[in-house]
Amino acid sequence: MKTFAELNFPGRLVAVEGLDGSGKSTQIYLLKRWLEAEGIKVYFSEWNSSELVKSATSKGKKRELLTPTTFSLIHATDFADRYERHLLPLLRAGYVVLCDRYVFTAFARDVTRGCPPDWVRGIYSFAAQPDLTFFFKADLEVSLNRILEGRPKLKFFEAGMDLRLSSDPYESFRIFQGRILEQYMAMSAEFSFVVTDANQNVETQQATVRKLVRERIDLERFRRRSPLPLPPPAQRTNKVEEMEEDSAA
Amino acid sequence: MKTNDAKPTAGRTNHRRFYGHGIPHVRLEELAGKLIAVEGADGSGRSTQIARLVDWLETSGHATVQVGLKRSTLVSAELEKAQDGNILSRTTLSLFYATDFADQLENIILPALKGGLIVLADRYIYTLMARDMVRGMDEAWLKNLYGIALEPDAVFYLEVEAEELVQRNLSKKAALDYWESGMDLGLSRDMFDSFLKYQMAMRNAFRQLQKTYGFTIVDGNRSVETITETLWGKIRALLAEK
Repeated sequence: MKTFAELNFPGRLVAVEGLDGSGKSTQIYLLKRWLEAEGIKVYFSEWNSSELVKSATSKGKKRELLTPTTFSLIHATDFADRYERHLLPLLRAGYVVLCDRYVFTAFARDVTRGCPPDWVRGIYSFAAQPDLTFFFKADLEVSLNRILEGRPKLKFFEAGMDLRLSSDPYESFRIFQGRILEQYMAMSAEFSFVVTDANQNVETQQATVRKLVRERIDLERFRRRSPLPLPPPAQRTNKVEEMEEDSAA
Repeated sequence: MKTNDAKPTAGRTNHRRFYGHGIPHVRLEELAGKLIAVEGADGSGRSTQIARLVDWLETSGHATVQVGLKRSTLVSAELEKAQDGNILSRTTLSLFYATDFADQLENIILPALKGGLIVLADRYIYTLMARDMVRGMDEAWLKNLYGIALEPDAVFYLEVEAEELVQRNLSKKAALDYWESGMDLGLSRDMFDSFLKYQMAMRNAFRQLQKTYGFTIVDGNRSVETITETLWGKIRALLAEK
């Protein structure tokens, strides 16, 4: 798997990965705010957010129609749509693209659901490797507590209930997340994850993130020549609330 | 034309297999029914033949189920909408169709086969693969993707000359379909030309796939009755096997 830099793209892609509740969405949001303030051409893309595919995915989830195979395929469809229509053109145009979750989410999650690893990887083989991938590693208990603190109503697939790990959604969620973490750790070296201690406070983590981004990416090259146009309103409002709810599950 | 490939011909329940990894936790030996796929362009007589097969099979006491492209509960509506606007890129469209296929495979085809029914597929993975190949997708990538598919007991590809397809389509609808003319490919701005070029390319892709998947190519230029006779002959033999 080659990085965008190795493929001679003018743009660079930074991805964050981690379990639900690892704080990765907060970190990438703060990274985006910083890059924008620096006048860098930046674009943010979230897992499972392609408009068209989303309606099918949410129908599938609500009505519990999804199997491990269709769960995997519909997320791949969503990713491909964003990859082909947004990420690639932006990377060609010299943007710094930030992804909240990338193909590794599928590698970890779909395999945990029982899909063959090489089948999943084969499907995503059209995607290049991020130039920088942060993995936010919190103690499993910390992540779980963060998510489960308010005893929210866990969604069926989010809790991995389709795997019949336990009839208790909370117990199922714990087992499921634990297995996903194992998958992530197993691929960490292969895909050069920068493992970040997510038990630290937000500010410390963000400082590490910004430092690494500055070291690895020559940000001067990505500065806008013309003043930044205002981003569309949808991207500016309620960002924090949106992040609370994990859209990736 | 007959299948005479090195690959084992589809058939016999004890030879049941997925093309690749398949679907997790499926017991192949339980799939007692038969899966028959009919492939071919619009105007190849596909639907007519399937209707006749269903008629004949049901009259003979066999229960049937039909599946086809864009018929899944999960994504058919969204897929239709995406195609109308022609807004999806090729990998996305390809994966969308694969999702549609997988949904029907798991929720209709496999349960029906388990119940001993005869499943008639109005197009199967080969049309999807051929379309993608014509659009420049990697064959190995497609092969991995459709490794989830169950090998049918019989696959018939109704091959009809492109010029004949034009005549049949125009006499039926007085118009050529955008996608069946491959207009998204920009082969020609002239729809008539594009249709001919696209259908030739599709035929070549099917012939290429035939080498791997060993399906039966049926001369679809002949009369409806003659073609039905050909299909019946093969299916009769298939049903006699058990």
